[in-house]
Amino acid sequence: MTKEIKNLKQFSRAAEKFEGANLLCPGCAHGMIIREILNAVDGHIVIGNSTGCIEVSTAVYPYTSWDVPWIHIGFENGSTAVAGVEAMYKALSRKQKYTGDKPKFVAFGGDGSTYDIGFQWISGCFERGHDLTYVCFDNEVYANTGGQRSGSTPIGSSTSTTPAGRVSYGKKDKKKDMLAIMAAHGSPYVAQVAPNKWKDMNKKIKQALDTEGPTFINALSACTTEWRFDCNNTVDIMDLAVDSLVFPLYEIIDGHELNITYRPKNIIPVRDYLGAQGRFKHLFKPENEHIIEQFQKDVDKKWEMLQRREEARV
Amino acid sequence: MALKYELSKVEVWDGNMAASHALRQAQVDVVAAYPITPSTPIVQNYGKFLSDGYIDGEFVMVESEHAAMSACVGAGAAGGRVATATSSQGFALMVEVLYQASGMRIPLVLNLVNRALAAPLNVNGDHSDMYLSRDTGWISLCAYNPQEAYDFNLMAFKIAEDLRVRIPVIVNQDGFICSHTAQNVAPLSDEEAYEFIGEYKQKNAMLDFSKPITYGAQAEEDWHFEHKAQLHHDLMNSHVVIEEVFDLFAKKTGRKYNIVEKYDMDDAEVVIVALGTTVETARVAAKKIREEGIKAGVVSLRTLRPFPYKLVAEALKDVKAIAMLDRSSPAGAMGMLFNEVGVAVLQNSTKKPILSNYIYGLGGRDMTQENLLQIYRDLDANAKANKLTHPTQQFIGLRGKKMAFN
Repeated sequence: MTKEIKNLKQFSRAAEKFEGANLLCPGCAHGMIIREILNAVDGHIVIGNSTGCIEVSTAVYPYTSWDVPWIHIGFENGSTAVAGVEAMYKALSRKQKYTGDKPKFVAFGGDGSTYDIGFQWISGCFERGHDLTYVCFDNEVYANTGGQRSGSTPIGSSTSTTPAGRVSYGKKDKKKDMLAIMAAHGSPYVAQVAPNKWKDMNKKIKQALDTEGPTFINALSACTTEWRFDCNNTVDIMDLAVDSLVFPLYEIIDGHELNITYRPKNIIPVRDYLGAQGRFKHLFKPENEHIIEQFQKDVDKKWEMLQRREEARV
Repeated sequence: MALKYELSKVEVWDGNMAASHALRQAQVDVVAAYPITPSTPIVQNYGKFLSDGYIDGEFVMVESEHAAMSACVGAGAAGGRVATATSSQGFALMVEVLYQASGMRIPLVLNLVNRALAAPLNVNGDHSDMYLSRDTGWISLCAYNPQEAYDFNLMAFKIAEDLRVRIPVIVNQDGFICSHTAQNVAPLSDEEAYEFIGEYKQKNAMLDFSKPITYGAQAEEDWHFEHKAQLHHDLMNSHVVIEEVFDLFAKKTGRKYNIVEKYDMDDAEVVIVALGTTVETARVAAKKIREEGIKAGVVSLRTLRPFPYKLVAEALKDVKAIAMLDRSSPAGAMGMLFNEVGVAVLQNSTKKPILSNYIYGLGGRDMTQENLLQIYRDLDANAKANKLTHPTQQFIGLRGKKMAFN
């Protein structure tokens, strides 16, 4: 069972399955995302979690922040861990050894676990059609290991393995389009969400969890440490991300029906978003300005593509 | 509800089929697997049993061995009976998750059909993968023929699921020589087998929502050591339960296994220590060489982990010369059996037997009677001279220039 969160009062009173006692950084968006997901579930939920910031800050023996069944195995296999639980649920309920309500099966991973090291495992789970929802906490960097580039890191970002320097503007490669890839797996539902747009997010989480089969959620997660902004600005930074369309909010149903779910009233320039973060500071030097232009062009192109696909229903 | 499978008193099964029937009789809830030679038929047979209604379980055909073990750990934590099978490279890919399974104390059963590790790529049997398993925190049992592959699988569940143990178990059998060679196997009926293994009720199941459980927490220097120590403690003590299960099985079937098996050891002076199908060949060689007046015996192990130091030392306490046969590349050292059996003997024996190490059979190279007779003759020379008359470590059955090290 899932539920719609109608107002913030209801949201603030519902978060008892994920304890505030955790070691996430002040200003980390991960905690917001977890609460928004857990609050959308009324019944049983089982979580498989890949290694990453969430795991190391919420399950440090002998403590745990989780009031729901939760398992972590490795960096790459949060998806397959929960697929194993789902398989056992099927076997045991058929044998009537499990007689409770059907739980929601959810896997959590950062962008490293999702875009890179865990990609094969996720792909396998989606191909096999396990009834699970995979949620990526996309902070566009390996935050847990000290800010190395991942397949999700945007072009021009200065990371600890792609540092900007005298002859480098930072990461040379563009961000992988994970949503398109997951939609191409034939997933019945994939969506991008941002926790600052919580009503939109709640609706999509509900739909992902209530859809049978493997569903995918890519959640924007601003990282105060690696993006380099003040920890009280998390929501503002994510507002800039969605209002500049760097992180557009949309969903794809059955691999083809694309819906844009948030259209900014005033689209802001990409440079406003980039300028608010330390990781892009070097792009504002004259010799790197072309990367900001390139970034804006890429965002415009993607937005154009999303609108056309939405209109064409393909 | 699964259909009943009618079995004859004696079936002609190879090691893989024997293992598959044991998994079927255990009514495993989830098998997650990825095919690899020579273990493939185990899960293929499981799939066929499932298709024909002889099993009521879930078969998760994953995209890699790493995922197979990942799904097994998830399924095991959820609360039910879980098994898989693999070999060689697939096992190597799985190894990361093996540590997770034992660390989380999930009683899985893994059939490891032993095969060489590349490079060069090789599909045939040796013990490289078995040796790779040794520090993973799993109990490791060794079967020498299809009957034993069947018996050890039944016993593996009972050992792993015992609350005094709760440690996953590997059942080793030699690739092709055991896994693909059909022999007579005397099975239990489905009812007898299930009754022997018993119902399984997992402690701390993830699907028990009345008590949410966190599996796979992080523990740094303040707790990690205690967790590993507890696992080691329970593994070292698991021989008590293993012996109990061996005894119960003997009562049920008349087939008595020992953690350390002794063949012709009453008056033996020269002894071969080996694992796998070579044990049976060595027994034949020992019998034959006794005709030459050489007092030969064979000692073999049923548990690689826990390593039975005391029992090995006890079995070898009165002998003059011992050859440890290792079927895995020693890779810059003496073989594992040489090191572990040797330490056990020297630590516990007042006499000082002459120890030597033979490396054999890598990548499926045959271990012949002639090779084994030669080893016994070497041992006899050592015993008579009361010193090593040959290099400590020799490669036997290797083409070209003789390879030996001291």
